[in-house]
Formats: sequence, structure tokens, C-alpha cells
Amino acid sequence: MRSERLRRAVSGLGQLMITLGLILLLFCVYELKVTNLYTDEQQKQLDKTLTKTWAAPVPPGRPATLTVFPEGTAVARIYLPSLGKDQVHVVVEGVSHEDLKKGPGHYPGTEFPGEIGNMVISGHRTTYGAPFNRLDELRGGDPIVMETRTAFYTYRVISSYVVKPSAIGETDHVPNQPTATPTKALVTLTTCNPKYSARQRLIIRGELQSTLAKGPGVVPPALLAVGG
Amino acid sequence: MYVWLWRHLPGPLIARLLQAAVLLGAVVAVLMLVVFPRVEPLLPYQDVTVDPNPSVTVTPSASP
Repeated sequence: MRSERLRRAVSGLGQLMITLGLILLLFCVYELKVTNLYTDEQQKQLDKTLTKTWAAPVPPGRPATLTVFPEGTAVARIYLPSLGKDQVHVVVEGVSHEDLKKGPGHYPGTEFPGEIGNMVISGHRTTYGAPFNRLDELRGGDPIVMETRTAFYTYRVISSYVVKPSAIGETDHVPNQPTATPTKALVTLTTCNPKYSARQRLIIRGELQSTLAKGPGVVPPALLAVGG
Repeated sequence: MYVWLWRHLPGPLIARLLQAAVLLGAVVAVLMLVVFPRVEPLLPYQDVTVDPNPSVTVTPSASP
């Protein structure tokens, strides 16, 4: 009888551990797959909204290029053509967890596409669509294209490096010079580094190279040069 | 515990299999919709921004 009780206890423990293991596996599936479904849907909606908003005439008395966006709404499109044709995402305003679930987030208070200063955009590396998954593959000179209602702004990567998560100076109008007056239009992309870790942040910096006003059939050369 | 559960499910084999599938589905749904989203912020995958106090969840727009 005693051995029977022991057998059942061991069997129960085994089942419990297998169950816990399966739950952990399921969590990985959730993080790496299910979160993508959420972001894909959000991106689709945001893209539609953006297309519709841009197609509609600018309401009278409003500037064509907005500088105030409610948190979580679409700001612009970002293209990373050197990483592939499909590397286009809608950037939302804000960098809270909820904002970043929708797509790359624009740091409130930093510049908008084309403006002199530093436009900072953060995005997920591994979950929620992982828009910035392959940021480490960007090299000097690679294009980062921003599309707004009125124009395409082509930035070129000038540097790529790793910092501590506390490196708030990267978001200054002139990076790491909080009191300096900006003279260049920069872009700063941030994501976590290494993948699946929060130990460091990967920083990609680009400088505005050219601005192309939108019109019928107008596509910036950086987006045309994309191979298959 | 699975043995206990199986013994307590009523009906013939096919009905028990169906009930087991429904139970499994319910457990997975609760995990996916309630448990995992709550556990997620405790993991580092969401920390992609730079801020002076990374151990604390900050919502820039919520600060004064």
C-alpha cells in the first residue's frame, strides 16, 4: 500500500512538471508568434488610417504637416529598404508599452521627419512584429526613409553602436549635448540589445540626406533601388 | 491529476474526449488572454527605449 501511494505521488509530480513545461513552451509561442498577430492587425489598421488621412484634403486653417499627435496614433511610415522591400512600418506617437505593441514609437518631444534636431524612434526587437529585429544589419550609408503626408525624407545611417539602457542623452536634440542648438536633421532608432535581452540598447543614427515632395508617381531613389 | 479528471468526466469515450478538448481550449485561452499579457511586462523583451530609470515602467506621456 505504501509503495502504491508513493507511485501516485511521483506520477502526480511528473504530470505537474510536464504541465509547467508545456505552459512555458506555450508562453514562448505567445511571445514570439501570437504578439505578432496583434501587431500585424494594428499595423494594417494604422496604415489604412494613414492612407485615408493623407488622401483627404487638409482642413482649412490646419498646417499640412502636423506637429502634435495624440498618443498611439499614426505619425509616419518608416522604410528600411536595405533590409528588404517588406521593411515598412507605421510609426505611432509615444513609447509606452501599449504604443510599442502597435509598432515603432516616436519619442514625444523629439523632432518629426525632416525637422532640424533629433527624431527618436523605438521599436521591438523580438516580439510584437519585431519591426527593429534586424537593425544591427544596417551599415553606414544605408537609407532610412520616412514618409509623411507631404514628403519622403531620406536619411543615411552615419553610426551604429550599443549603449546602456540609461543613455537618455541619445534622445537630446543634439545627441548627448543637452544644451547645444541643433543644426542637423538626425534620426535615432533604438531597440534592445542583444536579442531577447534588455541589458543594452542598440542605437542607429542617421542624417537627413534628401527631401522629396510627394506627387503622382514620385518615389525616392532609395526605395527604387531595392532588389528582390 | 489527469487520471482523476478523466475518471470524473461523464459519458462515453467520445464525449469525454470532447470535454477534455474543451477544457484544454479554455485553459489555453485563459493563459493567452489573461495570464501571459500580465506576465509579459515582467520580462525584458519590452525594454527597447532609453530612459534614466529602466527598472521602472515609464509612460512618458503620463509624467507631468
